[in-house]
Amino acid sequence: MGESPEPFDYVTMAIIRTINLTKKFRDLVAVDDVSLEIEEGECFGLLGPNGAGKTSIIRMITAVSPPTRGEIWVDGRELKKYPREVKAILGVIPQIDNLDEDLTVIQNLLTFARYFAIPKEVAYQRSVEILHSMALKEKRDSRIDELSGGMKRRLIIGRGLVNAPKIIILDEPSIGLDPQARHMVWQTLRELRNQGITQLLCTQNMQEAARLCNRVAIINRGRIIDIDTPQALVSRYMSTQVWEIDVTSDERDSIIRELESRQLEFEEFAGIIHVFPKDDSQVEGLPGAARAATLEDVFFKLTGRSLVE
Amino acid sequence: MRPFSWRFFRLWQRDRDVFFRLWRSEGAGAIIEPILILLAFGMGMGAFVGNIGDQRYIEFLAPGIIAAYAMFAASFECTYGSYFRMEHHYTFDAILATPLNVEDITAGEIFWGATRAFMTGCIILAIAAAFQLVPSFWALLIPLVAALSGLMFASIALFFTSIVPSIYTFNFFFTLFITPMFLLSGVFFPLDRFPEIVQTLSWIAPLTPVAYLTRGLFQGEFQPNMLLALGIMVAWAVVFFSITLVTMRRRLTK
Ligand SMILES: Nc1ncnc2c1ncn2[C@@H]1O[C@H](COP(=O)(O)OP(=O)(O)OP(=O)(O)O)[C@@H](O)[C@H]1O
Ligand SMILES: [Mg+2]
Repeated sequence: MGESPEPFDYVTMAIIRTINLTKKFRDLVAVDDVSLEIEEGECFGLLGPNGAGKTSIIRMITAVSPPTRGEIWVDGRELKKYPREVKAILGVIPQIDNLDEDLTVIQNLLTFARYFAIPKEVAYQRSVEILHSMALKEKRDSRIDELSGGMKRRLIIGRGLVNAPKIIILDEPSIGLDPQARHMVWQTLRELRNQGITQLLCTQNMQEAARLCNRVAIINRGRIIDIDTPQALVSRYMSTQVWEIDVTSDERDSIIRELESRQLEFEEFAGIIHVFPKDDSQVEGLPGAARAATLEDVFFKLTGRSLVE
Repeated sequence: MRPFSWRFFRLWQRDRDVFFRLWRSEGAGAIIEPILILLAFGMGMGAFVGNIGDQRYIEFLAPGIIAAYAMFAASFECTYGSYFRMEHHYTFDAILATPLNVEDITAGEIFWGATRAFMTGCIILAIAAAFQLVPSFWALLIPLVAALSGLMFASIALFFTSIVPSIYTFNFFFTLFITPMFLLSGVFFPLDRFPEIVQTLSWIAPLTPVAYLTRGLFQGEFQPNMLLALGIMVAWAVVFFSITLVTMRRRLTK
């Protein structure tokens, strides 16, 4: 699973707490009774397929969208009563591109800092630093429509840091980024976490979740299915190894029959059969190869392989 | 209804900065049109119209043009301008994640619309003064009337913006509301030729008291209904400002 985050010490109080959080859009229950406790200083991941309700949860926690039911507490305050105080300590990186198109790159940061009532000199210094760390120094005075998609994404991430937030909330931060930029962003997020900044991260990128998150919640159709560290989830739902068989059509049926006769658990997806053996002896003699189980296997297992409409 | 806070000023600053960054493309056109109208109608047509009372037609027209173009400035800003920021650029969505709330955004937009009306009032008044059309020092109060009327029209416009399903709906706002007022609220000709009942009804249109008050100050002649006109403007402004705080919250928080 590559480099994974350092173990995390769960003794602090929950800095974000949702209690029976529910969001309905007419008949559709987008978020269904979600109770979360996110500890101070951890990076908490929300994993789920399209339409699972991740963005809806985040929009409620950032006070952009009012819950249909339930409570949200952030840093010891109830969000409904103290939205301004809570928003002042949040850095929000939304899924959609909502940069201010009427302003230049640096003006976007400076104007945003002003919404947080940050003094001018501080705002300027911080904005310059952010442009540097997001590799946007050259684009300082460009218009927004002159940026590439990935540059816009980096600017949105940078904008979320302009108020030196205590908690960062990221909705698919690395979408549309090339591998270099993605690693740069991951590095930034890791450094921020080392400074003790709490992170709530929505993603569909399992590699991102496994690398950055101390704990993840897997959600599907608005409900939490399970919450734990990535390693614990993998070992809870997966045997240590997955046996992968790349099948051609003529041998497929006989292999499936063989798997069934051995009473093995398996799933077929995109032309590959993933077998989940209890131990190595069960797959002896089968074609294919073993690989380590990953968070992605857990994700598929818990949320299903078919696309949700 | 929830109150707004001083933080509205942050949004006002944002709109101001954008305006002065782009004013060459946006602002210049807005000034040229009233000057053209003043020249074409005031001087060109005025030659045929002759005097109204004991003043030249262009002197009658000038305060009406100030009132009308202050209305246009506030109305365009808080319809098309606000709509683009809200629906196409998601600017408000981004701002909602900062300490500003919906009411601050609403108030910021309305006060910026009022500022546009104020600036328009100042500029056209200055042009009229340059043509030596302004007979009274009381005219120095006209920018304040323009600001108040801007507050009123910006509130009405943003209210409309908060309920429109699409940008095309603004056509109705302008053809059924703004343009009829431009033509029939005493900007181009006095209303006293109409039957009594029509005159009274025309005071329902928010531009009528603005044109009346502006013209009174322009000429330095105080009429009994000027306080009434002021009261009507304040009432429209307060009512629509308050309603818009509610309807914008409904629109922006989903
Ligand atoms: N404003 C809205 N009006 C109506 N339905 C909505 C609205 N916003 C979201 N939904 C619905 O709520 C459900 C959850 O959407 P949400 O955006 O929270 O999912 P998500 O987990 O963020 O998905 P994705 O990974 O695609 O971003 C979806 O079925 C979506 O259609
Ligand atoms: Mg989403």
